[in-house]
Amino acid sequence: MSHADDHDATRRDFLYYAAAGAGAVTTGAAVWPLVNQMNPSADVRAMSTIRVDVSGVAPGTQLTVKWLGKPVFIRHRTAEEVEKAKLQDEEAMGDLVDPLARNDNLDPSALAVDANRTMPSPEGSDEPAETWLVQMGVCTHLGCVPLGDSGDFGGWFCPCHGSHYDMAGRIRKGPAPQNLHIPPTSWVDGTTILLG
Amino acid sequence: MFKKLSLAALTAIGLSTGAYAAGGEAHVEDYSFSFEGPFGSYDQMQLQRGLKIYTEVCSACHGLQYVPIRDLSALGYNEDEVFAYASQFEVWDPELNDGDGDFRTALPTDQFPAVTSANAPDLSLMAKKRAGFHGPYGLGINQFFKGMGGAEYIASLLHGYEEAPECAPEDFPGNYNTVFTAGGYPPSCLNEEGHHTVPGSWIGMGQPLWGEDVEFDDGHSNSLESEVEDVAAFLMWTAEPKMMQRKEAGFIGVFFLLLMSVLLYLVNKRIWAPIKRKG
Amino acid sequence: MAGIPHDHYEPKTGIEKWTHSRLPIVGLLYDTIMIPTPKNLNWMWIWGIVLTFCLALQIITGIVLVMHYTPHVDLAFASIEHIMRNVNGGHFIRYLHMNGASLFFVAVYLHIFRGLYYGSYKAPREITWIIGMLIYLCMMGTAFMGYVLPWGQMSFWGATVITGLFGAIPGIGESIQTWLLGGPAVDNATLNRFFSLHYLLPFVIAALVAVHIWAFHTTGNNNPTGVEVRRGSKAEAEKDTVPFWPYYVIKDLFALVLILAIFFAIVGFMPNYLGHPDNYIEANPLSTPAHIVPEWYFLPFYAILRAFTSEVWVVQIASFITGGIIDAKFFGVLAMFGAILVMALAPWLDTSRVRSGKYRPMFKWWFGLLCIDFMALMWLGAMPAEEPYASFSLIASAYWFAYFLVILPLLGVFEKPLPRPATIEEDFDAHYPPKTHAAGTTPAE
Repeated sequence: MSHADDHDATRRDFLYYAAAGAGAVTTGAAVWPLVNQMNPSADVRAMSTIRVDVSGVAPGTQLTVKWLGKPVFIRHRTAEEVEKAKLQDEEAMGDLVDPLARNDNLDPSALAVDANRTMPSPEGSDEPAETWLVQMGVCTHLGCVPLGDSGDFGGWFCPCHGSHYDMAGRIRKGPAPQNLHIPPTSWVDGTTILLG
Repeated sequence: MFKKLSLAALTAIGLSTGAYAAGGEAHVEDYSFSFEGPFGSYDQMQLQRGLKIYTEVCSACHGLQYVPIRDLSALGYNEDEVFAYASQFEVWDPELNDGDGDFRTALPTDQFPAVTSANAPDLSLMAKKRAGFHGPYGLGINQFFKGMGGAEYIASLLHGYEEAPECAPEDFPGNYNTVFTAGGYPPSCLNEEGHHTVPGSWIGMGQPLWGEDVEFDDGHSNSLESEVEDVAAFLMWTAEPKMMQRKEAGFIGVFFLLLMSVLLYLVNKRIWAPIKRKG
Repeated sequence: MAGIPHDHYEPKTGIEKWTHSRLPIVGLLYDTIMIPTPKNLNWMWIWGIVLTFCLALQIITGIVLVMHYTPHVDLAFASIEHIMRNVNGGHFIRYLHMNGASLFFVAVYLHIFRGLYYGSYKAPREITWIIGMLIYLCMMGTAFMGYVLPWGQMSFWGATVITGLFGAIPGIGESIQTWLLGGPAVDNATLNRFFSLHYLLPFVIAALVAVHIWAFHTTGNNNPTGVEVRRGSKAEAEKDTVPFWPYYVIKDLFALVLILAIFFAIVGFMPNYLGHPDNYIEANPLSTPAHIVPEWYFLPFYAILRAFTSEVWVVQIASFITGGIIDAKFFGVLAMFGAILVMALAPWLDTSRVRSGKYRPMFKWWFGLLCIDFMALMWLGAMPAEEPYASFSLIASAYWFAYFLVILPLLGVFEKPLPRPATIEEDFDAHYPPKTHAAGTTPAE
């Protein structure tokens, strides 16, 4: 076998590898759109952030809106409720089933004090800081929707398996493992909350 | 032999698809739009002007029911601007009022409203349901460089209103348009063989644009010529919002495939060489 | 499998033997991919691979589109717009599927006319040919029903007109049409069944393709000379053939990739070129578009359908003989299906001993005329049904039938064929002469 043959064989191999490689890339490029088309489409993605007008939510009432196919509770607390929640804070801390805030707006290690559960008031508002509580209306046990203004702690009660949440949406009694989750929220203006 | 036949077959396909033109004899002006040809792209400023004309003039009678308002971000608007734009429309929400439905202010996630009151066609796909070009020789190949011609048709039609010809009776219903061919036509404008003596026909829509119908913030020309082009470009966008992505994907595809074909050509030549005694 | 003698798969290791004695699938794939193939095939033998690719493309893009499409008269049109505007890359996948149908038919027509020219339909390949014709019929059914799904004006009126063909059958036609539509007119029931069948038929086609391949792997490929591969021994067969892999796989892939480059240019830069603008108008049962034209690939047969009007004497005679049972409408339907039937019967209508048109001096001209005729019919199918197109259509249709029913049988009798090579090897060597004088210095490959 001569050197010329060797050289020829290398060149041939390179050509074959290049063709096989390009073929693999082309095939891969063809497969990706077929996979990606199953990801949420633009109309679904557009619903991942919604604006909620809360100007009509009077103190002491709760608005339930649908976001990502699930209910979100937007609670406008009265001054007394804020006071009560602060009291619950003192009695409950250190004795919580789930000590973490479960608040997507904060660090995952943030503790479940009332101030970490509530949403800051909008700029220019004269209401106290812990007035707005926005949380997912999905029981962390098996996904039922808890009832408002009920349960042993004056907060929410899940009728499915008897989980009691307090006024800050923390699990206090029953099978649920975690506090009600808090979605990403921010104020667009004084009366509009942006979810997501 | 097969090469020639294949070529001829392509010609026949072209002829047969291009032949739809038969019937209308109106002249569609070949406007030069920025989105034509393999390298063309939408002019955002033009689309914004077109949107303004649509909003202030066309939307009184014509809907855009298939176009999501959020897609306006592709025209260069930010989230708040889209939100503000959406809020001028009212949409029907069947979930409101405990399932009985009610009207509410539109959100970016809603579609443009469908307008049914004026019995005017929806404009979402207007630029795709009208083909202006069939050439050369009915082959339609020039679509490669010029697009389907739907936008040209729209611009020509909006520019095609003229004083009704003398042959028509004074009270003939509709408005004379030299580009619109599907409308009413007075028998008095036919010659002895029954052929049309004047181009176009009578369209129900009154002339919508006259020039200087809208004011643009940047002081861009609002002459009739400029307005019809802008609104036609906007309607091309509503009909084919993904045109840029499509052309890009086409380019990537053609590039990769041509690269593959070169490699495969060389591989093919090489593996056959010993068989063909060229090795 | 009977066929050309060649090396078969031999399981070597333990696991190979274990599998092979239970399910010889590797052996089947090996025999299929290594099938001895005549070494003189030209570029008209690429369409089989192109067609296989088209089927795969249509099935894959189709399954994807179904994930987002809604088969309901109120929602179908909007769901297509949803695909075009919202689904990730949906606009491109939809245009691929739409234009993929056209590529499929371009390839199938070239494949069929290749067969007609080189006599691929002749014994012993009649079954391959017949199955091919069945595939073609299934393709037409699939394409037609697929065109209805976007629920545009052309979808609706195309469905109305084509199902109307079945209404032409004397006596039972109307009941058949109602049965096909699931009601007195094209409506939701029609859309749903067309959707179901449009999804089903491609898999029927895939099964038929497998049988098609099985059949011609048994008889061996035809080739441009029409001379059969020698089967006396493996050594003899190897002089006429090369294995399918890698020689023809690479060659066909090269051709496929080039064709796809053109295809992608069309999809990317003029995707609506072969479509009809009216199909972007939602179906309206109360208003017919001014010009109903089928998709380009149906035009030749559509022209034959329309050619036979009640003024044509053949139609008048048929009507007279049958006492009016065969009227012009029914005659047109019969002519259209008959045009495909006579093509399917070509193996028995062609009386020539010579297979390939290459060695048939008179046949060449008539065949060329048939190709022109086919294209003329395609053009005429798109023209309005008025003079002079009606007369041209009649002449062109008449030639189509004359070619198969008169010319092919007679040519075998009158034609004096040219001398043919004795073997494929001889033909191949004539193009690529062996380097006899250099045999000593060329390293053996």
